[in-house]
Amino acid sequence: MLPKDLRNRLEAEMKHVEHPRELAVDVMFAIQDHYGYLSDEALTEAATMLGMTPLELDELATFYTFTFREPVGKYVIHVCDSVVCWMNGYDSVKDYLCRTLGIGLGETTADGMFTLLPVCCIGYCDRSPAMLVNRRVYGSLTPAKIDEILEKCRSKAREKKLKERSSKLETEG
Amino acid sequence: MGPANSNMYPQVLFKNRHPDRIATFEEYRAGGGYQALADAIAHRTQAEVREIVLDAALLGRGGAAFPAGRKMMTIAEDAPHPRYIICNADEMEPGTFKDRVLIHADPHLLIEGIILAAWSVAADRGIIFIRPEYENAARILEREIGVAKAHSFLGPNILGTGYSFDIVVHRSAGRYICGEVTAQVNALMGQRANPRQPPPYLTQEGLWAKPTLVHNVETLACLPHILQNGADWFKGLARTATGAGTKIFGISGKVKQPGCYELPIGTRLSEIIEACAGGMLDGSEFKACLPGGASTGFLPRQHYHVEMDFDALKKVGNRLGTGAIMVFDHKTCLVAATLNLMEFFARESCGWCTPCREGLPYIRDLLARIEAGEGEPEFVPMLEEMKVHLYRSYCAFAPGAAAPLESLLAHFKEELQEHIREKRCPFKKEPGQGVAELVKPRFIA
Repeated sequence: MLPKDLRNRLEAEMKHVEHPRELAVDVMFAIQDHYGYLSDEALTEAATMLGMTPLELDELATFYTFTFREPVGKYVIHVCDSVVCWMNGYDSVKDYLCRTLGIGLGETTADGMFTLLPVCCIGYCDRSPAMLVNRRVYGSLTPAKIDEILEKCRSKAREKKLKERSSKLETEG
Repeated sequence: MGPANSNMYPQVLFKNRHPDRIATFEEYRAGGGYQALADAIAHRTQAEVREIVLDAALLGRGGAAFPAGRKMMTIAEDAPHPRYIICNADEMEPGTFKDRVLIHADPHLLIEGIILAAWSVAADRGIIFIRPEYENAARILEREIGVAKAHSFLGPNILGTGYSFDIVVHRSAGRYICGEVTAQVNALMGQRANPRQPPPYLTQEGLWAKPTLVHNVETLACLPHILQNGADWFKGLARTATGAGTKIFGISGKVKQPGCYELPIGTRLSEIIEACAGGMLDGSEFKACLPGGASTGFLPRQHYHVEMDFDALKKVGNRLGTGAIMVFDHKTCLVAATLNLMEFFARESCGWCTPCREGLPYIRDLLARIEAGEGEPEFVPMLEEMKVHLYRSYCAFAPGAAAPLESLLAHFKEELQEHIREKRCPFKKEPGQGVAELVKPRFIA
């Protein structure tokens, strides 16, 4: 079951539109923000809310680049491999990421932190080679810059974990 | 902001562009913003507005170059309501980033353009369809739509005229085919974004089976200026007799200063590269460029001075497309570049029709073998044949994909044959990658 507040929020949004299914992408993104991906259960529940069959919604979930039907890392890295980034060093960016993270394209690190995926042109050709981390863009990539970006993600995740732990302690205390 | 050279020409769409920030509503107003809308609503009929846009010879800037005024006129006077207008901000043509730069420079120019287009066809609702990579642009637009509403340029009873119109921002979840207008309408209705073939045309039966007008960001951004200054002024902006207006050229690849430059239509390619983009990178010589995105052909050196105009490019067998110029140098292998482009098209094909779904991977595989040194002489006629099949597809996606392949065969056949003859890529000093590494696996997450 989707958490109650998420469900309420989505239902409220649907009340504002004439055709709920026009919000299919927004709903998938909201669920993904919460769970990290679209599980069978969540997809089925969302489809019912949207007035669609689970199959109809799955047709969309499997179609789009930024919707995930499998668990992914906390940070999804999309490396642009289209023609401008390709001629400006996509291969070395990809190789560096694979080596540093110890994974190949399409894989997730063992700690569940990073997923690495290729993506087509993201519209930052003036700052190639470029990549997205959770849909946020980083351009003119160098190994040093990539290290910095990855470290920022890691420390953000650590902070979040600490915060969660301390708030848990507070509730228990 | 571009270097001084691009400012030799009138900056129309980039009039309010700042190097480091978004133009505010107040700045937009101070420069005459929303005056075109106020004047049009007060002093002109809707038919007049459409007439002026038609006279201005504004061709769609999203790649297809369809006359914008003519598209507006296909919505019948007695067409049913609600009527929709869609701003296509799903800028996914590889190499293209002008719409992103334009939205970040002056969002109210686009908003006013949408309202003007809407008013001219009595549209009731507007939608900005935007790619997910442009989340910042989506947020800017949502915020500024609110500002426009607060000043009565949007929302119920615009400027006290009784005309009501509102705009929402719709985020896509990312797929190239969503930029194709009929696929986009399906996407907006929560359906899989397969294209559909007219008739009925979208202006008759579009979104939710109601009349729908779809225009590109840059096209819409031209409207306030056309309405304010007239059709003749707009035509006079171009440097060629056949062209009209300015164009935002997004240049990237092997040049010193990649970026977006607003220049008169018909500015020569050589001038854009040398005067605006700072010339080729040191040690790089111009070999070819894709003049308007991945769906245009390689433009070889002999056309280095071509006028960047819809007509002039047609004359040399190419297209202006989105005006996204991707520059390749003499050290770049165009077989490998075409392979990369085919990889893109094969991955992004929606899979609806066979020529596209099957033809593109087939071509990609042939090119991968040639690039890996495993090509055979008979691969060339096979490529020629497969190219023809791409034109038998359901929508314009696969014919677009055919363009770079066609131009490779037309202008760089010797380079292709050298790969086959030498059994290796002549641009690689060390033994290159094998076919297995060249053909990328598919990721379905």
